[in-house]
Amino acid sequence: MRFLKKSYLGLIFLFLYAPILILIIFSFNASKSRGAWGGFTLDWYRQLFQDDALLTSLYNTIVIAIVASIVATLLGTIAAIGIYRMKGFRKSFMINLTYLPILNPDIVTAISFMLLLIYLKIPRGMLSLLLAHITFCLPFVIISVLPKLRQLDPQIYDAALDLGATPKRAYFSVILPQILPGIFAGFLLAFTMSIDDFVISYFTTGNGVSNLSISIYSMARRGINPKINAVLTILFVGILALMFFINRRVNTNSSKKERGNV
Amino acid sequence: MAEEIIRLVNIAKEFHGVQVLDHINLQIFRNEFVTLLGPSGCGKTTTLRIIGGFESPSSGDLLFEGERINEVPSFKRRVNTVFQNYALFPHLNVFENIAFGLRISKLNNKQIARKVTEALELVNLRGYEKRGIHSLSGGQQQRVAIARAVVNEPEVLLLDEPLAALDLKLRKEMQIELKNIQKRLGITFIFVTHDQEEALTMSDTIVVMKDGRIQQIGQPIDIYNEPKNMFVADFIGASTILPGRFIQDFHVFFADRAFDCVDKGFAPQEEVDVVIRPEDVKLVAPEDGMLQGVVTSVVFKGVHYEMLVESGDIVWKVHSTLMEPVGSNVGMVILPNDIHVMKKVAS
Repeated sequence: MRFLKKSYLGLIFLFLYAPILILIIFSFNASKSRGAWGGFTLDWYRQLFQDDALLTSLYNTIVIAIVASIVATLLGTIAAIGIYRMKGFRKSFMINLTYLPILNPDIVTAISFMLLLIYLKIPRGMLSLLLAHITFCLPFVIISVLPKLRQLDPQIYDAALDLGATPKRAYFSVILPQILPGIFAGFLLAFTMSIDDFVISYFTTGNGVSNLSISIYSMARRGINPKINAVLTILFVGILALMFFINRRVNTNSSKKERGNV
Repeated sequence: MAEEIIRLVNIAKEFHGVQVLDHINLQIFRNEFVTLLGPSGCGKTTTLRIIGGFESPSSGDLLFEGERINEVPSFKRRVNTVFQNYALFPHLNVFENIAFGLRISKLNNKQIARKVTEALELVNLRGYEKRGIHSLSGGQQQRVAIARAVVNEPEVLLLDEPLAALDLKLRKEMQIELKNIQKRLGITFIFVTHDQEEALTMSDTIVVMKDGRIQQIGQPIDIYNEPKNMFVADFIGASTILPGRFIQDFHVFFADRAFDCVDKGFAPQEEVDVVIRPEDVKLVAPEDGMLQGVVTSVVFKGVHYEMLVESGDIVWKVHSTLMEPVGSNVGMVILPNDIHVMKKVAS
């Protein structure tokens, strides 16, 4: 029992991180075998940086994630404010309309997108991929921002107007700073959803434009190349660095606040 | 009379078919401390929000210095508001909260710093400039809210139950302080409260409201002494109000007997209402009383006991520092000076 008590959390984290650890270790494996350790090497990284197709798809993934999450954050924040100002049936209807795409199976969304693109004669490629990503990221931003708006003291907006602020100024100088954490959370959620996505991307792209998940999928059919381990390791380390950066930012912000409160 | 600053002409407001304000007419003067008093749902806050520009009336006119301002948005009105829960900006410190309005009017930094310092001095919060809002107590937040509003030098300050969230002792202190601030600034205060004592303490004029209608407008002393109808009498001071008949000057008949009084000028045999405040009924031995009765209820109220004394078909409310137990026979004495005869008004 004592042993379980002490190691329970450890075990959970072991199960969570063991696969990633193995991925990272095998990205340095000299043997092409997926089961045996053949000594340390950086060869796969060297090969990766010569593989233009793979690098392009990594580049696509990141560019799409950044652009889609920024656009979705802008549109989503405005939409959330709009929904927040609605009342009664209209409001609950809009909220349900927002949740539906989140609950909808990806494959349904993906096929619907494809059909819509074909119907509207939008050529499938970078643009269609971007449009699809912006669209499926949008609800995640809205549901991140809405709770922050609900927490607001409704009189704060009135107070800003009372002190002479135009409605526009009231939103920018009073409402926005207070929902910023929600906007930021929505942005991160959108960013990771976009990087994560395979199904929707697969059905909405074309013209040889592919992101990382599509490239890996097509490579995997010919057997997993350890290059993939290398690119995924880079991606994982990138996300890890981003997380550290955000945590540090949040910490310094809250300690700044505390100092201000002394 | 003083100069008029705000006038409400036949202001009505409906929310989803419910009449919240029923054709209100009200005149407010410069430098006046006006209190809108009434139970919750009486329309006092709605009236304030209409003056502040946060609601627009369904019909009627709102005049500011004689000009109609119904369509003027709140950010262009020369009024400022102290909100019920203060509505301070949590992401800004005390200084920036107070400076908010000044920055919008594009004053330079030096002027802003000077005005903020003055405002903080006014509310006794000097040295709190850099503090965060959440580190302040309720009373301090209250003061920041007042400073943030008055720093803009409004013609009229609207206060929406600003003391409701404070504890009793602090509330009493702030009542006096608010009154002082109003005198020092020399501007109009429109104050909303449901606390009759607060209204009586602070106001130049009290507007008693009920169900979206104004019941009585007057000075505190008049409202207290001469409530216009049963509702006002009940809400203001829980006095005993009795139907009576004027006999002749200085003599009035009620409670089955004649009393000496100090009122004159009513017609003989005129039907009148007589107001007796609970603290003016003196309990004595039964044989020494002008009236006799039986104590039916005793409630301890801190400084005094509130007792109900049944005498005939009249129930008297009596406040006394001495307690008579329930069921005891008592006599009651009412002095001429404590009998308030008022004209009968159809309520």
